[in-house]
Order: sequence, then C-alpha cells, then structure tokens
Amino acid sequence: MKTTKLWGTTALAILTGITPALSQVTALGEGEGEVSIVAWAGYIERGETDKAFDWVTKFEADTGCKVSVKTANTSDEMVALMNEGGFDLVTASGDASLRLIAGGRVQPINTDLIPSWSAVDERLKNAPWHTVDGVHYGTPYMWGPNVLMYNTEVFKEAPTSWNVVFEKMDLPDGKSNEGRVQAYDGPIHIADAAQYLMFHKPDLGITSPYELNEDQYKAALDLLRGQRALVGRYWHDAFIQMDDFKNEGVVASGSWPFQVNLLKSEGLPIASTIPQEGATGWADTTMMHVDSKHPTCAYKWMEHSLASNLQSDLAVWFGANPSVPAACTDGRGMLTAEGCTANGMDDFDKIRFWTTPTANCSQGEGACVPYYRWVSDYIGVIGGR
Amino acid sequence: MSREAIFPARGPADRLTAAFWRHPRLLLGLLLTPPLLWLGVVYLGSLAALLLQSFYSIDEFSGMVVPEFTLKTYAELLRPSNYDVILRTLLMSAAVTLGCAVIAFPIAYYAARFARGRLKALFYLGVMLPLWSSYLVKVYAWKLILAKEGIITWAAESTHTSGILNAILALPVIGGNSLSTSYVGMFLVFTYVWLPYMILPMQAALERVPTSMLEASQDLGATRAQTFRTVILPLALPGVIAGSIFTFSLTMGDYIIPQIVGNSANFIGMAVYQLQGTAGNIPLAAAFAVVPILIMLVYLTLARRAGAFDAL
Repeated sequence: MKTTKLWGTTALAILTGITPALSQVTALGEGEGEVSIVAWAGYIERGETDKAFDWVTKFEADTGCKVSVKTANTSDEMVALMNEGGFDLVTASGDASLRLIAGGRVQPINTDLIPSWSAVDERLKNAPWHTVDGVHYGTPYMWGPNVLMYNTEVFKEAPTSWNVVFEKMDLPDGKSNEGRVQAYDGPIHIADAAQYLMFHKPDLGITSPYELNEDQYKAALDLLRGQRALVGRYWHDAFIQMDDFKNEGVVASGSWPFQVNLLKSEGLPIASTIPQEGATGWADTTMMHVDSKHPTCAYKWMEHSLASNLQSDLAVWFGANPSVPAACTDGRGMLTAEGCTANGMDDFDKIRFWTTPTANCSQGEGACVPYYRWVSDYIGVIGGR
Repeated sequence: MSREAIFPARGPADRLTAAFWRHPRLLLGLLLTPPLLWLGVVYLGSLAALLLQSFYSIDEFSGMVVPEFTLKTYAELLRPSNYDVILRTLLMSAAVTLGCAVIAFPIAYYAARFARGRLKALFYLGVMLPLWSSYLVKVYAWKLILAKEGIITWAAESTHTSGILNAILALPVIGGNSLSTSYVGMFLVFTYVWLPYMILPMQAALERVPTSMLEASQDLGATRAQTFRTVILPLALPGVIAGSIFTFSLTMGDYIIPQIVGNSANFIGMAVYQLQGTAGNIPLAAAFAVVPILIMLVYLTLARRAGAFDAL
C-alpha cells in the first residue's frame, strides 16, 4: 500500500513537473493585434488619469497589440476572473499567484523569449510566489513594503520599533499613543503582529509570520487585542488614512509608500521608516493564462513591462519599487535613485512578502491556522473580543 | 342581402387583437410575465441561492466550500464575536430609528399642519434636497465635520464648551477618541442620512388626520396634550411605523458608513462584505445576510398588524 502511494505521488510529481515544460511557448509568431490584462487599479495607465503617466500608448504603436484592461479590486476577484478565462495576463499578488499556479490557470514562462529577463532584480528572479520547482510562472512586476508612517513633529527621530503602534506608551511629545495610532483593517495585519513577536518573543518560535500554529496565532491575537485599545479607527482606504493623519490627530501607522509620498507632496510633516523588526510587503507578478489567445502579444507585453518606462513611471505613480533595478537610475522614466530609496528599494531583505496562510505549512500538514480563520478572528479583535 | 355582423380580419394585428379579446387572460399573462420573471428569477432566485449557500459550510483545512447540508454555519453566528456584530447592528438600527422618529415628528407635524404655500414647498425641498446629493459625499463630509480637528471640536473650543464634548466622548462604549471614531458620531451620520425617509411617511400620515376630529376633541374639553396623546399620535402611528421600516432596514443593511465613521467594529453589512471577499467564506457571509432578512420579516409582520402599510 505504502509503495503504491509512493509510486503514485512520484508519478504525479513527475507529471506535474513535466507538463508545464511541455506546454510553454517555444517561439514567438506575429503579434495577434490585442492583449487583455487583469490588473490592479492604476497599474496599466495610458495617460488618461494623468498625462505624464502613460506606458501603454507607445507599446500599442510599436507592437500593434491593442491593450485592454480589466481592473480587479481583490486577489479573489483576480483568481475568479482568471478562472472564468478570456484574458491573457494578470498582475497577481503573492496570495493569488500560487493559487493560480496550483489551479493550473497560468502557464510557465519561457524566459528565453523575454530579452529583458536578465535585467530583473536577482532577488526576485526565483521568488517563491511565482517560481515552483524551478519553473517560472511569470515576470516580476512591482513590489513594495508596508512601512511605518509617522508624523515628524511628534517623532523628531524615526521610531526604531513597531512598538509605537503595538504597545501602550508615551510618544516623544510626552502624550500617550492612545487614539493616535492606526492599524490596517485587514486580517493580514495579524502577520504584522506575528512579525513583531518574532523579534521580541523568540521563544514562540515563529519562523514566518504567515505560518502560525495555534499558540503563535493566539499570541499574535493577544497582541492585537492590546492594540485595539490604542486604535481609534483601523484603516483600509488609503485616502481615509491620509485624511486621518490630517484631521484626526493620528501620528503613526503602518502604511504604504503611496500615502507617504502623497502626504509629503502636500507639504505635511510626514516620513516613513522600516523599523528593526522588519516589515511585511507585497510583490506582484505578470502571469499568463494557460489558454491565452494572444501569446505573442502577451510575451511582448511582458518584455515591455520590464524594458520600458513602465517600471520607472509606475514606481513613481504607485509609490512602489521596480523589478528591474536599472529603472532606478537609467532615466528611462521619472524614477530616481532617491525615489527608489524612499520607496524601500534597499530594504528588500527586511521585508516578508505576503502569502496566503494555509493549514498545510512548513510546520506540517494542518499545523497552521488557515486564512479564513484569520478573517473571522480579526473581525472579533476589532469588535473588542 | 344580409350584412355580416363580424368583419373579416384585415391582417395579423386584427387577429391578435381578437385573440386578446377572446382570451383576456392571455394579454394579462403576457404583460405580467416579464415583471414576474424578474421578481421570481432575479430577485427571489438570488435570495434562494443565498439561503442555499448559508446551509453549506467551509472546510476547516482547505478553506473550500463544502456543498453539503449543515447547520454548522448558523451555529457559528452564535460565536461571541459574530453575535456581537448582530447585536451591535440591531442596537444601532434601533437607536437610529428612535432618534429619527424624535427629530422627524416635529418637522413632519409642522409641515403637515401649519406650513402652507411657499413655506410648504420649502419644507419639501429642505427634506428632499439632501437626497439629491451623493450618499458618499455626505458621509465623507460628515467624517470631516466630526473629525478631532474638525469644525465641531473647533466650535466647542471657541465657545468654551469642550468640556461637554469631552464628557460625551468619555462615555464608556459609545464614546471614543473623537466624534468621528465613536458610536455617537456614527449615530449622528446615520440619523442625518436616513432622516428624510422618516419625515415623508410621517408627514403623509399626519396630513390624513382629519381636522374635524381635532375640533371635536377640543369641543369635548380635551387639553392640547390630551388631543395629541389620544387623537393625533394613535392616528399618525402607522406613518411612524412605516418610516421606521425604512430607517431600521437601511441602517441594518448599510456597510459604508461603519467603514468611514466609527471605530471599525463590524456591522452585519461589513461582515458580509469581508467574508465573501478575501476570506471566501461565502456560507458564513450568506448566514449573516439571512439575519437582517429574518429580523425584517418579523418587523414587517408587526408593522402590518399596526396598520403601517395603510399609510404608504
């Protein structure tokens, strides 16, 4: 029986290992005239929102591939759209990408057909959220950290620890942090708490903030229950958070470089830092649908996404980091080396990228608390339970 | 030569008219089919699908929906954190309804009994005008008004009444760091947004109270307070209940205001939104969605007994 099982799994492993290699595109033909992309809002700009931000028009003129975009608001929407089919590409985040690979909705990428693959950040080339068993399922698109945003009038020096948002304490201006800090209104914030504990309570043995067993999970929730007393309102809309920093007296919170850059540009006393515990972050990948009807245009877009002004201008537009380090300095767009540093380009090693927590993790089958429980428990924490 | 009493049909249109005349139910059926299909398939069908989902459950390990009949998901609603959500929503709906009724009654009373001509038009306009602007704009505007560094705090400081404001915010549970992050603030916004839905049916009911009865009451020696208590209020009550149906159900289903104003604690609408989204826990979302339906069914039955639907 055991041998049968072993043989079965081996055969399955070989099969799943081989099929992708067989199905990947080996040569490019003529452009098919169009390419459709499922993307986050603001990811594919053709100068219609702001004239200065356009990375589509030139691509269409050069390749004859007309780009159509379907924006999605959540990772689940992206997965659902890709399951429906009819699209060529998707800019999937770390929590969607592995689901798409596991579900067989995306195809492996032949990196030989993408000349600019060599320019991709070495740190991203084999990232586990798009590379499975050495097979690449997409090209890195953008990434960014969840930074600690703070008010420079209250913090003359950058806070060195996330404790300003997790523990009750007096801030440098002598007043308590109660009601003056915020936290993200999404269950993934549990990972931020876990990361904080990873640093301060090593005896819990947390190795990844996305893989928590019952005890580690409980400790993270307890930390968050303490945080509830400090937080007036949790944030989930970037613009509401910016408003809260302006009008609600909020002085510190986990945030995105997007808000930091916008508030700074309005002349407000705002800065951001990545404290000693590190930070969580997101990384998106351009992935290709398994039944893509326009493979040549899709490959051309992937090349374009790495080679053109996209990497540079999108990074400025979104407050994110390019997947091609050269985009920081070679002047292909508006991005500068300082901009990259501000968006967290140098902090890659401090960032633990978002992946969906699943029951089966490196601690064993069913050893970890799955994501749907994160959701219901976080609702409880915010509700004061 | 006798002339025919019935003319021969001149074309298909005549035959069609004749068919409708001979079978009156045919026309009725044709006219009613599209709206009934809409009601039956799109409206009730989606509700049925929702109900069905709520009897499924989510697999503990994989997080996948298990399409087998179970009451486990409903049992989950009774977990403290979920039960809190329901209770919180119910209390807020009740408070908002009560608040709306108290504020709306004098307005509706004046508009129905005293305002005439242009003044009456002005009243209608005043009540309806807020409904013409976007709901989101109003809510965001209120967020700014209620903010810690907003106009209310500023006004309280310049009139030296900050003490009152701070006393309200210091109240346990309903208070908070600022009006915009407290239940008090959320109550104010809800009351503002749904007030017109209370005033209009109330006014309609008050207008229907016959003046002759008020005169009779006066002739029989009733004081103004007695007339109000024993004549006006009972006759206008169906209108109040009709209005309360709107304010109660609208508050219970809303998921935007609790996201923008308040302390981020979940309401039923928000919980549904979150559970069906990133969590993919559609059974629990469906079970949550069934709760307001049940509550409203009970509420509507009671309202019908009180004659609220005669006033609509």
